[in-house]
Amino acid sequence: MKAGLRRLGLAMAAPVLAVLVAFLVTSLILLLAGDPVVAVWTQLLTVPRPRLIVAIINGASVFYLSAIAVAIGFRMNLFNIGVDGQYRVAAFAAAVFAGQGWLPGLLNIFVSLLIAVVVGALWAGIAGWLKVSRGVSEVISTIMLNAIATGLVSFLLFKVADSTAGSNVTSTKLVPPSSRVPGFALIPGTPNRVYGFVLLAALVGVAYWVILNKTRFGYDLRATGRSETAAVASGVNVKRMVLTAMLLSGAAAGLVGMPLLFGQDFSYGTTFQPGLGFAGIAIALLGRNHPVGIAFGALLWSYLEQQSNGLQIKAGVSTELVFIIQGVIVLAVVIAYEVVRRAGLRMEQRNVARQLDSDQPGYTFTQGAPV
Amino acid sequence: MAPAVELRGITKRYPGVVANNDVTFSVRRGTVHAIVGENGAGKSTLMKILYGVQRADEGNIWVEGTEVSLQSPSDAIDAGIGMVFQHFMLADNLTVLENVVLGAEKLHGIGDRARAEIKRISAEYSLDVNPDDLVAELGVGKRQRVEILKVLYRGAKILILDEPTAVLVPQEVEELFDNLRELKSEGLTVIFISHKLDEVLSVADSITVLRRGATVATVDPKSVTARQLAELMVGSELPSPSTEESTVTAHEVLAITNLTLGSSDGREILGDVTLTIHAGEILGIAGVEGNGQAELVEAIMGMREPSAGRIMLEDTDISDWHTREIREAGVGYIPEDRQRHALLLDAPLWENAMLGHQTQKPNVTGVWVNAAGAKAEAERIVAAYDVRTPSIFVTAHSLSGGNQQKLIVGREMSHTPRVLVAAHPTRGVDVGAQAAIWHHIKQARREGLGVLLISADLDELIGLSDTILVMLRGRLSGEFDPDVVTAEELGAAMTGAA
Repeated sequence: MKAGLRRLGLAMAAPVLAVLVAFLVTSLILLLAGDPVVAVWTQLLTVPRPRLIVAIINGASVFYLSAIAVAIGFRMNLFNIGVDGQYRVAAFAAAVFAGQGWLPGLLNIFVSLLIAVVVGALWAGIAGWLKVSRGVSEVISTIMLNAIATGLVSFLLFKVADSTAGSNVTSTKLVPPSSRVPGFALIPGTPNRVYGFVLLAALVGVAYWVILNKTRFGYDLRATGRSETAAVASGVNVKRMVLTAMLLSGAAAGLVGMPLLFGQDFSYGTTFQPGLGFAGIAIALLGRNHPVGIAFGALLWSYLEQQSNGLQIKAGVSTELVFIIQGVIVLAVVIAYEVVRRAGLRMEQRNVARQLDSDQPGYTFTQGAPV
Repeated sequence: MAPAVELRGITKRYPGVVANNDVTFSVRRGTVHAIVGENGAGKSTLMKILYGVQRADEGNIWVEGTEVSLQSPSDAIDAGIGMVFQHFMLADNLTVLENVVLGAEKLHGIGDRARAEIKRISAEYSLDVNPDDLVAELGVGKRQRVEILKVLYRGAKILILDEPTAVLVPQEVEELFDNLRELKSEGLTVIFISHKLDEVLSVADSITVLRRGATVATVDPKSVTARQLAELMVGSELPSPSTEESTVTAHEVLAITNLTLGSSDGREILGDVTLTIHAGEILGIAGVEGNGQAELVEAIMGMREPSAGRIMLEDTDISDWHTREIREAGVGYIPEDRQRHALLLDAPLWENAMLGHQTQKPNVTGVWVNAAGAKAEAERIVAAYDVRTPSIFVTAHSLSGGNQQKLIVGREMSHTPRVLVAAHPTRGVDVGAQAAIWHHIKQARREGLGVLLISADLDELIGLSDTILVMLRGRLSGEFDPDVVTAEELGAAMTGAA
């Protein structure tokens, strides 16, 4: 399969190019700022310690879920910026329920996950409903819903906060120990464990791939994303498709906070990790909406974040430098994908023309085969 | 006397394609010179080179005996070359005067001097254009004359007209040709691009034929027939558009009664449309574009909600059905705009071969896409309908228009439709693909398919249809027998002149 190899090469060219550009641009910025370029890269590129490897994998699993949620929207040309609000509302609802401990052990986890999925879906569904019924752009409505989510969750968190905690951290009740998801001791040399819910992320990735590529529904969704007009003519009910895709995206977003809730924090509080939804957008772009690509993107993102922790001490450079690197990667990758896409298209057209030429010398024409 | 324009050895290469290969011909002053060729023969590229939009890789252009280097359209205008595009570039909400002076304010200002100049040009070439008319209120023919005037206003001595008759009805075509003869008699030179051979033969003084990017021949219209010209274009013997015996049966497959469609602002788009298609019948609809044909198709396909009326597919009322149900019930659909409505350009051919039939076997099994079945089906369509492609895994984008259309026709015929709704099925495809598509439609008609054929190509309508209905402002305004009707009669009915 030479064609397959070439396609893979093209697919890899863009992200590799983007990372290289980010490397150069960041180095240039460091030079201009008079910062130690070599020390920074030594710190960022050093082999992470086992403890950090665990942290990288854990962080990546959360990023992964977020990016999948964004990618579901992307695949049909919906820009769900609202993953950030959706995962916080969902995580809060699940945390409140799980903390009550009304149900025993595993059952508590299951029902909490279900609540997170439903709440996330409904929150995203508001934007979907607004789009199909009133024609409101999902970009606008999800940004607004993010703001509302922030206010709503803070307000409700204050209402249900566990007052016995005795610290100034406000949070929901702790999930009972029987309902916590144990981790795996995957990496030797550290007591830290990889989230059990890494499996959840993998499962969601597989489901995403299967639904999109192997089902009729997925075909309709991709067709709508590629050409809405052609999808309509082929019989896709585009309004229903918009709503469904938004609900699915929100459902996946609802799961984003779950590894944190059941594997690390055991409650939803003011310190619950923010900004995951926006990282998801960047990673979905980087991974080109492909489940494997997104996995690499999530690992890279998490790697950069964890490795940046030592920057201040080792190189005297602020950890915010990583945001620059991440930002440049995303910008560069969007441009690089377009460049590679066009190159690929030209290459294909050339190949098709050449192959047809060699197949058919001269201009022949038939009346078409008899049916 | 030096020729007005002379091209020598023009060659232009795109990746993998030679669009123009050693094109050489010359155009005498004061003549109408036609350039004919199939779609993709390199006519457009050649004209873009002559108008400075594209640069040739090799070759020289001579205007009035001096060699010119055309780096941009403004170079071309300076050399006295003007271009009238197929799609008008006029601002509807401005007057003729404002449209003409736009971008040429330095020539005669924007006031009375410009107005006087426009009147002078209009009178000199009998263009009948009033500088103070609002463009929005002008008909298509007049708009085209405004475009011609725009070019003359800028001092062009050589006019390139790109498929100028594509948007006109027969009467307007005659008027245009009168204008062209007028221009010619005043010493201007017209380069006329077309693939309508009858028109070319009636107006041109000389005809250059392009095939696969190269000049095949320059001929005198008095010494060739349309058929010989077509054979020069295609490079082989043409299939004759033989009329066949009627296969119309008494069995009604699609019956539309009193179909009415209102727009959001209360205007009537379709009024009281009633028609019946029988098994084995091709019903053609003629009409100037924008008279409700597109909306009629969309209403039948369930993409628009009619405000009144009924659509029956055999014994079933499908008026309220959704597009998918209608397609599953056996209505094939060849949309007017294949790139927007019939293809996923970035998707591989096999995924395109199941579009519109993604709920039907062998493409799916239950809720699952049956990739193996769909690919086998795509291979079958590609082979049976002669889609020229190296494989079913290349994107639809990489195929030529004719091959894209053959794939679409094949796909719609492959699910045993009872009715085929075909809007402009051979628009923008080469002569070879056109013959193949006609063949398939006729074949299916013999097997009992009912076809609704919408077309702007009157020859196609007359050649294929069993009955022709004319549509004017959303209503059916006449019925014609294709065996006896002429293009002129149809044209008159289409404009409401009859």
